[in-house]
Amino acid sequence: MRVAVCVKRVPITGGRIVLTDDAQAINTQHLGFTISPHEECGVEEAVRLVEANKGESIVFTIGPAEAVEQLRDCMALGIDRAIHVRTYGRDWDGESTARVLFDVIRANEEDEGQFDIIFFGNESADSGGFQVGMRVAHALGRPCVTGLKKVTVEGSSVRCEQDVDGARDVYVVQLPAVLTVKEGLNLPRYPSVPGRMRARSKPVVTLNVERPEQRLELVKLAVPAGQGRRAESLGAGAGAASAIVDMLQQAGVV
Amino acid sequence: MRIPLNPVILIDDRTEVSRQALTLARQFGEPAAIALDAFQPFAPDAVAASVVAQDPSAVFGPGTERGNDVMARVAARMGLPFAANCVAVTPGDAVTLTRLRWGGSLLEEARLHSPRPLITVAPHAVRPDDGPPPPEIHVDRPDDREFVVQVRERIQPSDGGVSLAEAKVIVSGGRGVGSKEGFAIIEELAGLLGAAVGCSRAVTSAGWRPHSDQVGQTGTKVSPDVYIACGISGATQHMAGLKGAKRILAINSDPQAPLMLNADYTVTGDLKEIVPAISAEIRKRR
Repeated sequence: MRVAVCVKRVPITGGRIVLTDDAQAINTQHLGFTISPHEECGVEEAVRLVEANKGESIVFTIGPAEAVEQLRDCMALGIDRAIHVRTYGRDWDGESTARVLFDVIRANEEDEGQFDIIFFGNESADSGGFQVGMRVAHALGRPCVTGLKKVTVEGSSVRCEQDVDGARDVYVVQLPAVLTVKEGLNLPRYPSVPGRMRARSKPVVTLNVERPEQRLELVKLAVPAGQGRRAESLGAGAGAASAIVDMLQQAGVV
Repeated sequence: MRIPLNPVILIDDRTEVSRQALTLARQFGEPAAIALDAFQPFAPDAVAASVVAQDPSAVFGPGTERGNDVMARVAARMGLPFAANCVAVTPGDAVTLTRLRWGGSLLEEARLHSPRPLITVAPHAVRPDDGPPPPEIHVDRPDDREFVVQVRERIQPSDGGVSLAEAKVIVSGGRGVGSKEGFAIIEELAGLLGAAVGCSRAVTSAGWRPHSDQVGQTGTKVSPDVYIACGISGATQHMAGLKGAKRILAINSDPQAPLMLNADYTVTGDLKEIVPAISAEIRKRR
């Protein structure tokens, strides 16, 4: 089985987002980086599928030189190798991300064979465009099911479960397919020390592609105004219980 | 009903969010609607094919999971850019828009360079106008290949417990709860209040609670009358799920935790003492 997973390097924003002076990006000077939470589950699922069915898993990303850290993290969890399209400075919109990922995935498939499943996160944590997986699926002519909380390969097809309004909708599509997944699909493992050691020597192919024209062009970012909550202290320690229950009674919930 | 050439199309799920999308869509012409559930059971490619078959001049839809899913299919088929979860849109040579990033923790101002804008509208972002509902286009059944992706079965949830998304009161725990077993006092208080139990992402990543309990950007977005946050620092990931909460009470040993600065009420101290004291006080008053 060949399985691909596409990931995006994003900052760990912590408690408060601070922008760069030109408002073009988040000031990441003091921040760590990760991949989008939905994608962590895509990585875990790819690793499990190859553990169960044999074969190979490849992680793809489009990002700056430092994104190789996230690729190594994915390989520490068990992904076999990585393909990195390098960017310089600015982010790419969803349309150009999808176009270049499609080219790179297709080139890989021509050389090495079709992927049975290509995983994406349902949406990226940062830009939240909700489209890259779908565009790649359409370009490849494959079915795409989104927002999945459970994925079960059954022979030549895959059963896909999606949460909708408190219920769960089930789709069954033939492989090969493109699946976009959400956090909760599985509980991703932590990387082991031997896993980290192995990841160091796993192959990363780096490609340079010119940044396509951006048709969804970022002008500037802004932090929305706070919700004006007043942070009234009801006291400290267990002695505050009486004031808390007064408040709950006023709110009509006790 | 005559549908004009190159109509403005509203992908309509008949909710408030679709009415908000309709309000923004009217700036681009008189919209006609295609129902998100035009085909039963739900078949997103069939809906997208029906939208594209109208050769639309603009398409608007709700910024919900299904609205974004179908719009992405429309965008892929038309080969055009798509702006998801917009809160403001102004027509022009390039459409100027504001959209949500990071689950609403950040706003992005952008220009959409496209002859045919494709836009979904974030829930709660726009006040719907009181204009007439759009005429609905009755679409023909597309080719069978558009039904390859179609819901085969709907599994209803088993009864029991209060649903997080609908709960009036939520008692929620974070890393400060310390362990899976530490949630016993959270569950006890939730039981007394008829509340749902929630948690932060740190808790689900540690495996202390199931992901279905997680409140936040990649969990459930909640809108209770009262949200009691115990030992939750308040990362943007968590706060993105809390925007609909009427009152937030934060209990934390760190008075400078972001959630303590963004709550309506705060109590400083050890949640392992405070939470049982609240339960005892409620019992005493009954």
